[in-house]
Amino acid sequence: MQGVGFRPFVYNLACRLGLTGTVANSASGVEIFAEGSASDLLLFQQLLEQEQPPMSLIETLQAEPAAPQRLSGFSIVASRQGDLQVAATPDAAVCQDCLYELFDAGDRRYLYSFINCTNCGPRYSIIRALPYDRHQTTMSEFNLCSACNAEYSDPSDRRFHAQPNACPVCGPHLSFVAGTGEPQQGDPLTAAVEQIQQGMIVAVKGIGGFHLVCDARNPVAVARLRQRKSRPVKPFAVMGLNPQSLTSIVSLNVTREQRLQAQDAPVLLCPSADKLPEGIAPGLAWCGVMLPHTPLHYLLLHRLCGSPAGTDWLRQPQTPLLVMTSGNRSGNPLVTDNQQAVTQLQGIADGFLLHNRDIHIRCDDSVVNGLSDQMPLIRRGRGLAPQVIRLPQSGPATLAVGAFFKNTLCLTQGNRAYVSQYIGDLDNPGCCQSLAQMTGHLTSLLGIKPEQVVCDLHPDFYSSRFAREYAQQNDIPLHRVQHHHAHIASVMAEQNISEAVLGLALDGLGLGPDQQLWGGELLRVEGHRYSRLGHLPRLALPGGDRASSEPWRSAAAVLHRLGRGDEISARFSQPAATTVKQMLDQGFNCPQSSSAGRLFDAVASLLGICHRNSFEADAAMQLEASACRYLQRFGHPQQDFLIDFSESGQPMLNRLLQCIADTEDPEWGAALFHGQLIEGLSRWVIAQSRIMNISSVVLGGGCFLNQILLQGLTEKLQQAGITVYSAAKLPCNDAGISLGQAQIAHALARQ
Amino acid sequence: MAHGSGGKAMAQLIDELFLQAFSNPWLEQMNDQACFTLPPGRVVMATDSHVISPLFFPGGDIGSLSVHGTVNDVAMSGAVPKYLSAGFILEEGFPLADLQRIVQSMARAAEDAGVAIVTGDTKVVERGKGDGCFINTTGIGVVAEQLHLSGNRVQPGDKILLSGTLGDHGVAIMSLREGLTFETTIASDSQSLHDLVAAMVTGVPEINCMRDPTRGGLAATLNEIAQSSNVGVTIYEANIPVKPQVSAACEFLGLDPLYVANEGKLVAFCPADKAEQLLAIMQQHPKGNEAAIIGEVTADPLKFVQMETVFGGRRMVDWISAEQLPRIC
Ligand SMILES: [Fe+3]
Ligand SMILES: [Mg+2]
Ligand SMILES: [Zn+2]
Ligand SMILES: [Zn+2]
Repeated sequence: MQGVGFRPFVYNLACRLGLTGTVANSASGVEIFAEGSASDLLLFQQLLEQEQPPMSLIETLQAEPAAPQRLSGFSIVASRQGDLQVAATPDAAVCQDCLYELFDAGDRRYLYSFINCTNCGPRYSIIRALPYDRHQTTMSEFNLCSACNAEYSDPSDRRFHAQPNACPVCGPHLSFVAGTGEPQQGDPLTAAVEQIQQGMIVAVKGIGGFHLVCDARNPVAVARLRQRKSRPVKPFAVMGLNPQSLTSIVSLNVTREQRLQAQDAPVLLCPSADKLPEGIAPGLAWCGVMLPHTPLHYLLLHRLCGSPAGTDWLRQPQTPLLVMTSGNRSGNPLVTDNQQAVTQLQGIADGFLLHNRDIHIRCDDSVVNGLSDQMPLIRRGRGLAPQVIRLPQSGPATLAVGAFFKNTLCLTQGNRAYVSQYIGDLDNPGCCQSLAQMTGHLTSLLGIKPEQVVCDLHPDFYSSRFAREYAQQNDIPLHRVQHHHAHIASVMAEQNISEAVLGLALDGLGLGPDQQLWGGELLRVEGHRYSRLGHLPRLALPGGDRASSEPWRSAAAVLHRLGRGDEISARFSQPAATTVKQMLDQGFNCPQSSSAGRLFDAVASLLGICHRNSFEADAAMQLEASACRYLQRFGHPQQDFLIDFSESGQPMLNRLLQCIADTEDPEWGAALFHGQLIEGLSRWVIAQSRIMNISSVVLGGGCFLNQILLQGLTEKLQQAGITVYSAAKLPCNDAGISLGQAQIAHALARQ
Repeated sequence: MAHGSGGKAMAQLIDELFLQAFSNPWLEQMNDQACFTLPPGRVVMATDSHVISPLFFPGGDIGSLSVHGTVNDVAMSGAVPKYLSAGFILEEGFPLADLQRIVQSMARAAEDAGVAIVTGDTKVVERGKGDGCFINTTGIGVVAEQLHLSGNRVQPGDKILLSGTLGDHGVAIMSLREGLTFETTIASDSQSLHDLVAAMVTGVPEINCMRDPTRGGLAATLNEIAQSSNVGVTIYEANIPVKPQVSAACEFLGLDPLYVANEGKLVAFCPADKAEQLLAIMQQHPKGNEAAIIGEVTADPLKFVQMETVFGGRRMVDWISAEQLPRIC
């Protein structure tokens, strides 16, 4: 990896042990030539692994004997351009050393918003080209002053080759622009803090883009932000100074605290405590929180805390809490540019806290689900992008363009796959444009010239249209990959699996080669081949896509299938209830789908938990939360097994759904559904695993964000002697599709 | 309606029916062809086969639709439609009374549009080999020399005008066909637009393109234009006229009015400095009194068609390959 201070670390360690030699980046990684006594060399090897810098990761360490060169000392050899197959490193939250300097009145960077070192600061977001050198970043316009240059050139300094190194003399600076677009004189920080204190909304430039910020404890400010952003209920993320400051609003434990404090500083979803301020996460049992990750965030909180002296305040609980929501207009890409911010966020923000260090690559905040112990990733963005994954085998350079929602793209070279950050949902033109731009940026950054393109089977995704045009323009082959095949392949790629597996994809919707809508599939996957062993029972989607945002429509479809269509109007006080009954009778605009996601929707609505999604997966998350509450108090409901299997071994859910439709106790029903489904799915998979003589099972698809399901099913399958794999490096939802597509295209090309 | 040997007499009966209803000098000459001279200008020709179920619907029937469809296709070039041909394919057993109704309706529609149905043909196919009644019409018209309207002439900066509400025809047909009942009956907007077009091109001959957004709706039309003129399109949801009952029905049915068929609306692309003048002309005309400027053409190498929503967000108006397949994963 570049720019993580690994070579200076090697240099310092070698000097400490009195070794001579060289360290250099090479095509295969870092190459060290070290000469000294056998015991010193052994110690050197041990310490390399034990003491490696925080941002580096040693994948493998290989040692072999070499002829002595009798060098006079140890040196860092400059990297040659073109040598580098190592990707850029992710952006990192400000480190403890820098943080203490920031609030040390004697330090030359006291209260300087752009303090950083080799262990922290911007990386991926400021890189224009590789290799990662200052002149190839958006810091190129700032010339190092002599003090900064001395640090930059000294291998023993924490800022040796820290490309964004800067100080108040030579580096970027803040500015403030009023809501009207007028630049303001005076201290930018003071202006921003005053607005926040007055309940106004300030757009603040962060690492990967802008945030819209307001006082989370001021309900009027929060309501104003909701109204201006046209975002009536979707929860806002909240920033507090430290974990202690957040415990008043969410429930933390050791693992959550550690996750919050990691270098990627994600938004962590946590169970909410009693004192969650009004309007932050209305009607929800959880809230997303994060810690400050730029020096500027700390400076804002410092002012809001009354500018305490010293650094003790950093470790104490502090009252100020900030809403930090992404700086964009509903659905548009996050704003990264000063000028764009002022034009696009006008009418939302009352002021703009800007600076002149440009953001070259947009990165949304990463989101992690802290509601479960495994803390799975929901969105990969700032701090985690770009992700490099070693594929089981090499293949031609491939561009994979992902699906429709939560789009990402993936580029491969040899056996490495580079997965982009979260790009966005392709129903938005800005996100579609972003897909095209990111392709251009990443191919040039990584020096990859795609030899093939791969997209989803669905013809109407913008990503599919983009792939067709890209293939045509570059005269390279285009492959189309089934959505759920890609979900399974994504996990296989990140876990390096090349043997045949069973894949259970529990997901929303994806088009099958039969032009039917799939979404609850049991597949056999081997290389580029797959076969569909079975699927969940099909359910009508009255109104097509509209059923995805209105779970009651799936519930109506369940009732209709159970012969209880007459109950629809009475059960759902929805204006469309009568029409939906007629549509189900006629089969009009009621595509059939084996989607697992819509099944969870249907159950949530049948139980009266949620009839309309206020945001994606709203119903499914509320259903899981209901089940959780029951399970924690009473354990699994005692009930006969209610799932039947057809002659061909397919699961049938009618008896279970009858029971769900009849219960008066939503929490019991939610727990029952989870328990029964886990039992049913595991019996199904185990039976097929015996028939197919395959003992590895891959779990993929967005439904596995549901931790009761993921953990329950994993345990049951493991008890039956099955090896279970699920997503770990990428989210299990559609953000992982591009990697799966690339993996399949690789396998195809080997044919 | 009989097929086979008894069919001959029947075909004669039908010919008489047409002769009576469409009565004009060309038909009365009883030739296998019509011979006519056209006024000066370029000749425009269009053909369309009309297949619709149900055959009779609020606001029209297959007869009037078969005239409106072709008249409008001719008129979208800026032309004055003059003559039509009509070809019928009837299923054995099709009620004569229904045929009479359809033919009467065609005759009325042709008269309203100022066109003569000058030649025709009828075939009867075996029971089960047709769906009651299919009608093909071909139209001929004449366009003034100074008018040049075409799908590839649209320029960045052009304003986009829509003559009236979206989705009426599609929703009317679907709800009748599927037995879906709504509070108010929705009628098809099927009508000929020749007179509206004449007023528009007389007042603003600089119009670059006109289209009637039929199958695939406004979304398909805008995407076609974006492709053939190599431009982007931005429309504003707040400016797009949709009847409240159509909007409610679409919401219930899970349909997007942008993708629903129209049979009596047109969309025009004209230079920005002429847009207000054109809008005034359209609004003064009875077939355009709900006309609106709904968006503009942009320079966009990606050729996106996008819509600014009433909430200020933007969304893609994608080109949908076939029927609307759900996409939300
Ligand atoms: Fe998916
Ligand atoms: Mg036509
Ligand atoms: Zn640092
Ligand atoms: Zn400096």
